[in-house]
Amino acid sequence: MDVQLSVNQDQHPITVDTRETLLDTLREQLDLTGAKKGCDHGQCGACTVLVDGRRVKSCLALTVTMDDREITTVEGLADGDTPHPLQAGFIEHDAFQCGYCTPGQLCSSVGMLAEFAAGWPSVVTPDVSAAPHLDEGEIRERMSGNLCRCGAYVNIVAAIGQAGR
Amino acid sequence: MTTVDMRYTGSALDRVEGLEKVTGRARYAFENFPADLVYAVPVQAAIARGEIRAVDVDAVLEHPGVIAAIWYGNAPRLVPSDNADLAVFQSRRVAYRGQYIAVVVAETYEEAKEAARLLRVEYAAEDHDVRLRADHPNMYRPEKVNPNYPTDTEHGDPDTALTVAPVLVDATYSTPAEHNNPMEPHATVAEWDGDALTLYDSTQGASGVRDTVAPLFGVPPANVRVISPHVGGGFGSKGGPSPYVIIAALAARHVGRPVKLAVTRQQMFAVTGYRTPTIQRVRLGANADGRLTAIVHDAFEQSSTITEFAEQTTTPTRIMYAAPHRRTTHRLVRLDVPTPSWMRAPGECPGMFALESAMDELAIACQIDPVELRIRNEPDADPESGLPFSSRNLVACLREGARRFGWADRDPAPGVRRRDRLLIGTGVAASTYPVYRRPSQATAQAHRDGRFTVRIAAADIGTGARTVLTQIAADTLRTSPDQVLVEIGDSALPAASLAGGSMGTASWGTAVVRACEALVEGLDRRDGDLPAAGMESSADTTEEIGAQRRLSRHAFGAQFAEVGVDTDTGETRVLRLLGVFAAGRIINPKTARSQFIGGMTMGLSMALFEESIMDLEFGDYLNRDLAQYHVAACADVRDIEALWVEEDDPHLNPMGTKGIGEIGIVGTAAAVANAVHHATGVRIRDLPIRLDKLMR
Repeated sequence: MDVQLSVNQDQHPITVDTRETLLDTLREQLDLTGAKKGCDHGQCGACTVLVDGRRVKSCLALTVTMDDREITTVEGLADGDTPHPLQAGFIEHDAFQCGYCTPGQLCSSVGMLAEFAAGWPSVVTPDVSAAPHLDEGEIRERMSGNLCRCGAYVNIVAAIGQAGR
Repeated sequence: MTTVDMRYTGSALDRVEGLEKVTGRARYAFENFPADLVYAVPVQAAIARGEIRAVDVDAVLEHPGVIAAIWYGNAPRLVPSDNADLAVFQSRRVAYRGQYIAVVVAETYEEAKEAARLLRVEYAAEDHDVRLRADHPNMYRPEKVNPNYPTDTEHGDPDTALTVAPVLVDATYSTPAEHNNPMEPHATVAEWDGDALTLYDSTQGASGVRDTVAPLFGVPPANVRVISPHVGGGFGSKGGPSPYVIIAALAARHVGRPVKLAVTRQQMFAVTGYRTPTIQRVRLGANADGRLTAIVHDAFEQSSTITEFAEQTTTPTRIMYAAPHRRTTHRLVRLDVPTPSWMRAPGECPGMFALESAMDELAIACQIDPVELRIRNEPDADPESGLPFSSRNLVACLREGARRFGWADRDPAPGVRRRDRLLIGTGVAASTYPVYRRPSQATAQAHRDGRFTVRIAAADIGTGARTVLTQIAADTLRTSPDQVLVEIGDSALPAASLAGGSMGTASWGTAVVRACEALVEGLDRRDGDLPAAGMESSADTTEEIGAQRRLSRHAFGAQFAEVGVDTDTGETRVLRLLGVFAAGRIINPKTARSQFIGGMTMGLSMALFEESIMDLEFGDYLNRDLAQYHVAACADVRDIEALWVEEDDPHLNPMGTKGIGEIGIVGTAAAVANAVHHATGVRIRDLPIRLDKLMR
């Protein structure tokens, strides 16, 4: 099936298998291997990308549904040679070790901060009618869809906390 | 021993490959695309024991895109080796459910996956036995335990000493099977060019994979190149080649095109190793003042029917505490289960859960503070070998940890501290890990522009190896890290030991220091006048490491946990975790802290969540994905801090380092379980600490 994929503002007219996930299309067809395959079942978050600014697990999205959507992967976060503040913060706080969950953590935190800015509450927000406060408990709760087996969570929370303030 | 001048070692350099990793440019194994590649999807056995009668190859070849289906009946023969797990498709026998028995190769991943799903296999199933129990009639005494320790040790007369001891702790502890689950599933891209094989593999040791794979295909090691610049975690499961590597190479040769093969998360639970479940009986005899008179630690474990892997579960008990009468044993039973292997601190991690839980029970029995109990049983020398310790600062870690954690004036009474719905408790446990070092080679090259390249087939699986080797090289070369390029992760580089046993920095660092020293000497001789091609020196540390003085070399630590147990739900939450370690000189405080905290996080996860459940009827691990096998998520990890005490040990290596990759997970689960007892009065001797075990 032919689709028009827009990734990091580049247009890709491509032919895909109807069974093909967005993750496999990015990695195997477009050589955008930043999005990682950790479980292929939406359980680990390593494949997280932004679709129209919202975080999406690309292993659970079929590419044929992505026509006319704007996709942002970790390769599209930086402004040219200048890393996104979250990318710089992850390096500064050593918020990764093996680096395999990192692209998903980064895309997820960009999406999470946008949700936060829009006033979305989480399960740990004490007062859902008021604007939530970006404390460590909120970050931990909202980032729990992204597993990190190296155990960099405390550094991830510190990096996001700094960038989010 | 010469030691490196500290200038950049000891500084908190950012990871040198950090920018590549945060921008998605760091390329992992599966992210390589040789021309004309095809995809391979392996098929797993659906029985736990028996034979494969037939595989319907012809039917799947009818499906679109399918190029080949390979199994015992049509597979090329490999050269026989002593590693039965790697003899893929060489027999009709099925040794465990989930074993790879066939592979389908197709033009696209989707086509290969669909055909693998449809491949019809006929079996002759036999009765299986997959249940570990200490009284299994087939329990036996293996000849040695991993990697090469005596199976049993005995000193004095422990049986009599236990009989006459004024205070006795006799308890049985168990730990479940656990799976490493690195975030990057194992994957390989295999490409043949005549008799030369290139593997882009996710491995903890490129040199070792080359040396194991080459003979299976009857080619010299020089014909095999293993490339793995970035590895998405391993925790032991990528220590040696697993069957999937052989399948990829075999399939690529069979179809005459490069093959990509990724193990799925679900498949990883059968084919990439795991931590054996253990049943451990610990008996401690002591005087009323808490001084140990006898320590007996017996472990019961499992392995597969095709490979003996005997975990060294009770080895930490051989060095931890003084006692005149002592015994440690290991017994193993071969079941119709997948082959267990290394998982972060094999031996120390489950073994210290049992020993350090038992020490807590002894402290309560003697009414002595558990920190003081450990200090009271501190040995002057290695209690079994009698060798001096090269350095041992467990007591300093316990004291510093107690001070920082606020341990003083702790009320030992269990089950009395309430905060809202929570029962609060604190616990302590010791950590330890041996200091290993293996021979490696390295080269150092000076370029005319003042820059240097250091080459060694080391692996950075997230440890920070590339970064600390850069720091070590910069100091030895009397330059700055930005002038040094360290090339690792390629078997074409000088051969190196694997990233395992927490010995990377010690082993590779020694080789890097020696190569850089030789280069500096050469440069000094020429007064800095470099030939156009630059200048290169090399080193091989085999002799140096062989000549090492016999000493007892171990790192130590102390972990303190505060938990809250919900009185309504039984849920345990770790509120605070503090680790204090004595591990020689710390090369990079930033990456070292991450290593310690990462280990402690995995230890917290072990304490509360991790458990692979054996399906007795069908014979495999039931919870085969990350939704069912729980690892700690961000919300589970609140306040974790790791610190270290200064330790100057001249008997280690030129850097003065001990390994730090594994010690962080050792003792964490015991500290948490001890804190849960303090909070609730309930002693959990069977991990993980699930809520159903606390609700009564």
